[in-house]
Amino acid sequence: MTTQQAAAIQVHGLEKSYKELKVLRGVDFTVARGSIFALLGSNGAGKTTAVKILSTLLKADAGTVRVNGFDVATQATDVRESISLTGQFAAVDEILSGRENLVLVARLRHLRNPGKVADDLLAGFSLTDAGARKVSTYSGGMRRRLDIAMSLIGNPPVIFLDEPTTGLDPQARLEVWQAVKELAENGTTVLLTTQYLDEAEHLADRIAILHEGRIIVNGTLTELKQLLPPAKVEYVEKQPTLEDVFLTLVGAKG
Amino acid sequence: MSKHFFGDTTVLLGRSLRHITRSPDTIITTAIMPIAMMLMFVYVFGGAINTGSGSSYVNYMLPGILLITVASGIAYTAYRLFMDMKGGIFERFQSMPTARSSVLWAHVLTSLAANLVSLVVVMLVALLMGFRSGAGVLAWLSVGGILILFTLALTWIAVIPGLSAKTMEGASAFSYPLIFLPFLSSAFVPTDTMPTVVRVFAENQPVTSIVNAIRNLFAEQPVGNDIWIALAWCIGILVVSYVFAMNTYRRKIS
Repeated sequence: MTTQQAAAIQVHGLEKSYKELKVLRGVDFTVARGSIFALLGSNGAGKTTAVKILSTLLKADAGTVRVNGFDVATQATDVRESISLTGQFAAVDEILSGRENLVLVARLRHLRNPGKVADDLLAGFSLTDAGARKVSTYSGGMRRRLDIAMSLIGNPPVIFLDEPTTGLDPQARLEVWQAVKELAENGTTVLLTTQYLDEAEHLADRIAILHEGRIIVNGTLTELKQLLPPAKVEYVEKQPTLEDVFLTLVGAKG
Repeated sequence: MSKHFFGDTTVLLGRSLRHITRSPDTIITTAIMPIAMMLMFVYVFGGAINTGSGSSYVNYMLPGILLITVASGIAYTAYRLFMDMKGGIFERFQSMPTARSSVLWAHVLTSLAANLVSLVVVMLVALLMGFRSGAGVLAWLSVGGILILFTLALTWIAVIPGLSAKTMEGASAFSYPLIFLPFLSSAFVPTDTMPTVVRVFAENQPVTSIVNAIRNLFAEQPVGNDIWIALAWCIGILVVSYVFAMNTYRRKIS
């Protein structure tokens, strides 16, 4: 029981189908508090579906999911108090200014001092100068930073980031990585999905590979690398990258 | 119902109203088509139309024009809802500890507010064109009440494509037949000149009773059964479209 309470996210036997199509076929994993967990998979592997179930946007067909100790099916309101979701597309209001977006979310989270919350986050994400401007004038990176800043309002202990850097240029991607690292350093649990292997390699404490609706491996980067035969000394020594691990595992099962 | 329902709806209503005040072109484009039709009917066709009533043609056709104004206005309701769905901000709101149906109600109330402004604009133009009514306060309130019910009924229809459309065009195309409906009614010409089949349709579709009720209220004539038939249509459409919209909504969030 104590170990169960210690984990920020527990997923057990999770299944979900869209009509005939079985997207998740029994997914199990746990995420320790304050860690960064990467769910890695190709397009269509079911990453977004899993995140939607974990964030109470979709109902599972079978299995149990507990987030911050609350059951997503029966305690959805408590789960929503504990999480925030940053979806695949920056979910910001284009017509409002950056500051107005933050104030809006702070109000909807029923916080006391929405204006101050907004100003603090603008400063924290280097958006103070742009705060009064309409979001439609922001660059992709600024929009993503604002999006993540909106997710931090109310300090939810668990944050879901669904493909946070898809479509971003390398510079913006580094900015997002920095923000995610800082989050985990402050004790927030982060579950991120990605199709970029280097992203998982850079950020995650643990990596799980979701393939055809199942988790086929789950471990630290070092553990994953050990799954392949150790490097042999040849003319060129080459450590397997995570990309090699991923493609071999996926290829073997698929 | 969540304890935050009214507070959250107010916050989200403020957001959508800000969208309208920042792009007032949606009000203008909503009003411009009915105004153009009104100019054309009064100054081009009107002279040749014998309405059989003693009053001016602008008095005769204004009720129909008001309904067309609402029918074109709700296309924007569907559009705004569609943009929230597509942009991911809808999911962000749904994953927050916010009263869930507030998101929908804020859109509905915004639709009501925007359409009332458009109606006032069209009314003012009609006054410039010679519309006059000696109707008393009670008659004006009745007209207002019918128009509010009609707007709400059409708004809930608009919610359905707003939630389920795949493209922006699809979200607003449903309004074209609604805009066309007043032409097959008593809105512009008396129905007794129409061929039997058309006449039977015209006399038994909702627009005719609503138009007749409003016209008689403005002309200080007895409204007879028309007002009750009109109210029955408005409330009937409102209830049916509300049930369908809520079903669509529940499918979206589960």
